[in-house]
Amino acid sequence: MPVKDKIRKVIKDHARLAVDVAALEDSADLGEAGMTSHANVMLMLALENEFGLEFPDSMLSRSVFESVDTIAAAIQTLQEER
Amino acid sequence: MSSTVEVLPLEALTSLESFQNALRIAEQNADDVDTRARFPLESIAALRSAGAMSWQVSHQYGGAGAKIDVLSDAAFELARRCASTGMIFAMHQIQVACILRHATHVPWFANYLQALADEQRLIASATSEAGVGGNLRKSIAAVEPASDADGNLIRFEKEASTISYGAEADDLLTTLRRSPTADHGDQVLVLTRSSDMEARKISEWNTLGMRGTCSPGFKVSATCSRDQILPVPFATIAIETMVPFSHILWANVWLGIAAAAFERSQSFVKLQARQNPGTTPPSALKLSGMSVRMAEIRSLIRSATKEYMDLADGEGRFTLSTAGYALRINQLKIAASEAVVEICQEALRVCGFLGYKNGGPYSIGRHLRDAHSAALMIANDRLRATNATLLLVHRDTK
Repeated sequence: MPVKDKIRKVIKDHARLAVDVAALEDSADLGEAGMTSHANVMLMLALENEFGLEFPDSMLSRSVFESVDTIAAAIQTLQEER
Repeated sequence: MSSTVEVLPLEALTSLESFQNALRIAEQNADDVDTRARFPLESIAALRSAGAMSWQVSHQYGGAGAKIDVLSDAAFELARRCASTGMIFAMHQIQVACILRHATHVPWFANYLQALADEQRLIASATSEAGVGGNLRKSIAAVEPASDADGNLIRFEKEASTISYGAEADDLLTTLRRSPTADHGDQVLVLTRSSDMEARKISEWNTLGMRGTCSPGFKVSATCSRDQILPVPFATIAIETMVPFSHILWANVWLGIAAAAFERSQSFVKLQARQNPGTTPPSALKLSGMSVRMAEIRSLIRSATKEYMDLADGEGRFTLSTAGYALRINQLKIAASEAVVEICQEALRVCGFLGYKNGGPYSIGRHLRDAHSAALMIANDRLRATNATLLLVHRDTK
């Protein structure tokens, strides 16, 4: 499954958005779509589990988990570092 | 009045005779403000005369360009005399910071800052709302289009469960949903002047402490220009400015309350020591314990202030939105708000019945009652729950 599809599935299960993630662009702001800061942390945990990686403290920021695009970029950075 | 402060080094702002005068006035009126639960109008008028409402505003708009360190000292000194005055000053500066740091590039706000400096306007905030359960990052009321021809006007109606000094403020910063269809968490901040709005008081403010902040509930109805919406999402303003500014300035207010209670108990112990020279009174031991707590909180506040000043602008802004920073700034709030109650309680035990009595130089009642508000302003349990969640992902244990 392509990375962005996997990310979308994790978002659908854990970000508790007010709207259907399928209706959002890759660049859409998840905060504006209703993701709370609590759901943001749950999303981080679920992504770590799904992709078998750990986000360093420097990446634990709202801007890194802002959209499907920014999450994909962060995951790519971490996978390249390995 | 701004011309006199402009030429002074920033650290001299709190030494200005006009500010020292405000401190004396705050002290003289503190008990009356508390007893009658009335707005400290004399001390706020004195702060206006000192130009303090615009200390933070940059020089180009007629302010003094003060940063959070100077504002912290001022909030501490004010709260030592009158906690309500200190808290009103702190809250006003928090609202000014939100505008300064996020909206000065919008002409409407640049003009507003000039007016703020010229007229020493006082800004209140309406972030609370009936029905959101004390969650700053959630709104029910929304920005709605007003039915004007060119679509530039907006309107809103909000039932705010508490607006500190709401009846006395010139202007109001209100959190609202971006539009009637926006999610509860998709918020903006709107600045309205008293001429843009009507605020009807819907509850009373008869509280245990912080009685002079006069913070009842209001139903606010406003119509204003679309330009009065701050141009950045509230989520960003909260993370980068409102939350860190609040926790740092509030902590200084609480430290000021604790310092006042400490000083009273210290005078009491000195009195006992003088009556029986040669022996250290047993209560002096308590003083020593209290001074440890004071030092802990003072150093927490100083390191948080320094960290914020280092990060506030430029590249550092990114760090403000990390889980690690949120944890640290919440920890400051929890620690300071709990320490102030402990210190006041110890002071009461040191002073005994002279502390328990209202009035007189050793009375601790007002301080203890004011101190109890600290754990409730953004409930500590809510912050603990937030931090517990953040600790699930945060790893830095340095």
